[in-house]
Amino acid sequence: MTRITIDPITRIEGHLRIDCEVENGKVANAWSSGQMWRGIETILQGRDPRDAWLFTQRICGVCTTVHAIVSVRAVENALSLEVPLNAQYIRNMIITAHGIHDHIVHFYQLAALDWVDIVSALSASPEGAAKLGATLSDYRRNSLPEIRQIQEKLKAFVGTGQLGVFASGYWGHPAMKLPPEVNLLAATHYLQALEYQRIANRIVAILGSKTPHIQNLAVGGVANPINPDSQSTLTLERLFAIKAEIDKLGEFVNQAMIPDVAAVGALYADWTTHGAGITDYLSVPDLPLDTKGAQFELPGGYIPKGDVAQFKPITSYQDAYFRDGVKESVKHAWYQYQGGDQARHPYDGQTNPHHTAFQDDGKYSWVKAPTFYDQRVQVGPLANVLAMVAAGHQPTQRHLNRLLDIASTVAGTTIPVAALHSTIGRIAARAVRCAVLLESLQNQWRLLVDNIAKGDFATFNRPVFPKGEIRGFGYHEAPRGVLSHWTVIENGKIKNYQAVVPSTWNAGPRDDADVMGPYEASLIDNPVADAELPLEVLRTIHSFDPCLACAIHLVDSRQRPIVQVRAFG
Amino acid sequence: MRVIVLGLGNLLLRDEGVGVRVVEALAAHYVLPAEVAVVDGGTVGMDLLDTLAGCDHLLICDAVQTGAPPASVVKLADAEVPALFHTRFSPHQLGLAEVLATLILMEEAPAAITLIGVVPADLELGAELSPAVAAVVGQAVDLLVAELGRLGFSVNSRRSCFPRSH
Repeated sequence: MTRITIDPITRIEGHLRIDCEVENGKVANAWSSGQMWRGIETILQGRDPRDAWLFTQRICGVCTTVHAIVSVRAVENALSLEVPLNAQYIRNMIITAHGIHDHIVHFYQLAALDWVDIVSALSASPEGAAKLGATLSDYRRNSLPEIRQIQEKLKAFVGTGQLGVFASGYWGHPAMKLPPEVNLLAATHYLQALEYQRIANRIVAILGSKTPHIQNLAVGGVANPINPDSQSTLTLERLFAIKAEIDKLGEFVNQAMIPDVAAVGALYADWTTHGAGITDYLSVPDLPLDTKGAQFELPGGYIPKGDVAQFKPITSYQDAYFRDGVKESVKHAWYQYQGGDQARHPYDGQTNPHHTAFQDDGKYSWVKAPTFYDQRVQVGPLANVLAMVAAGHQPTQRHLNRLLDIASTVAGTTIPVAALHSTIGRIAARAVRCAVLLESLQNQWRLLVDNIAKGDFATFNRPVFPKGEIRGFGYHEAPRGVLSHWTVIENGKIKNYQAVVPSTWNAGPRDDADVMGPYEASLIDNPVADAELPLEVLRTIHSFDPCLACAIHLVDSRQRPIVQVRAFG
Repeated sequence: MRVIVLGLGNLLLRDEGVGVRVVEALAAHYVLPAEVAVVDGGTVGMDLLDTLAGCDHLLICDAVQTGAPPASVVKLADAEVPALFHTRFSPHQLGLAEVLATLILMEEAPAAITLIGVVPADLELGAELSPAVAAVVGQAVDLLVAELGRLGFSVNSRRSCFPRSH
């Protein structure tokens, strides 16, 4: 038996170590371990709740915006504070643009290199790649001159020996199966994606006043003054500049990304049978359309056992079904709860570190294990897309059907919705969600412009903190899934603060009942062709989009490192 | 010429965030010319791509482990900087190394890179710098100002320019 350890190399909050036992070419057991104490709760105690978002946006280097937004939502929830419509729309545009950026980066810059062989793309026929592109969509930039030019650029780049971003690839690995022309088409879009993710980022920067850390949030709204006549505020001119950027993004997402993901998925159809893991799914509604958070553009909710017929929606920012269902277990995490180690609700959560050795049957992670009504749940774009389909959300259904149609054509056989419960399904769902977010971004832009045209310029309601204790929670369907912040405020100061982040839901260790978390469960029975180069393990873990950088160490039975392979997630 | 002064670090891990604190101090105490942008990069990676693309000179301030005693302030230039990224003395340089490699691929990498590093004394959880490192923030700011001067920019302290503007 070989034991594989994926170890952290960064100290950015939330990073990961994965241990697998491989037997007869398959993963037989797995452990997911967060390697750093999440201490944001301790830093926030005693601080002004209006400042919490400035600290929470430093939790992670990838998810700055999402932690900022959910923090102000939690404090607003505690105060029952309504948020002006303009502020909701501006936040919604930031959320959608950030999500599009994140999903494009994930597929092209992070996940694609697990499936696409860049070295093979160098020897592909540009004519073949252009011809293939034309069969998938009428994307303007699948032209022969552009593909040829990018191939030359890649050849020159690789020829200098500066593999740079491609240095960690598994080129020539037996699990790499795409024909050279597909590799070249995907590599072409890899380079183009670098331009488009910058466009998405620019939208966040215009609305958020700054990037990478947005400056425009406030408990009670946003700090963007709206005045159609003033140059220093959010003017119609700036809004129309944003619209032009949105349209450019739309072309790439719909004409390049959806067909790419469909084609890669179809050519790796065996991966629709690996990596399902936990098929109880949780997502939350997002993009509020009113001041209270009782109507949303995008639905969310709970789906037990992968059965969309049993979908139970979550319907408002006050939703008791969501609020009362969340607990965190520390039986296998490096914490101690005073008053007994049974799983606790976040309002009563504690963050008392209690480090031990890595114990396979005991404590082995700094990540707590969240449960929803005592069940392990998977979160992320797949959970969200399934919920939106269950709720009858038309744009989601339309983009999903299109992706499955293209995949079925390429595969020459019908690929059913059930194929989504898999490693490749998580990647496909992320592309679908990206296209849905793009439509929502267009819609939120229209809502904002129309509302301003009505003469409503309000962006902020002043928060007032009462004496005594209040509690609130905020949630957000972030790029990696359900994110919630929970706060107890006493006399205007933070008394307790707990962040239950998407990677906690997915990467958490075993729970009170010793049930595996989603990462762990998804790895069981994964094939591993070459234990020295465990590309397949990376594929499944990367399909969750862990926002971490990891290193893989392979160790023999005496726990001696054999090889180290750098990997990104 | 376009110059970016980029502060890196995790503000929740005390001295880890010193790079951000130094560039904040630079922006607070000096009036900078329009060609010089101060960016709080935190621990982000690819989100910096658009910001850094096409800049002529990248001036980074970051916490570094060089073997020098805590609270030492060091300067590294060009060839020395990528070497530092490869050995990853600092956690978020993984993100920055990726961004720089990507910029090379896009043919929009900065022509020159200078790094002003501060050796941390305390990397525990907390939002404030250790007293030892807080005491050398001014020294690091002075090095940034000197570097901008070397690049041909006159940088005035807010105090000295205040009377002139009235």
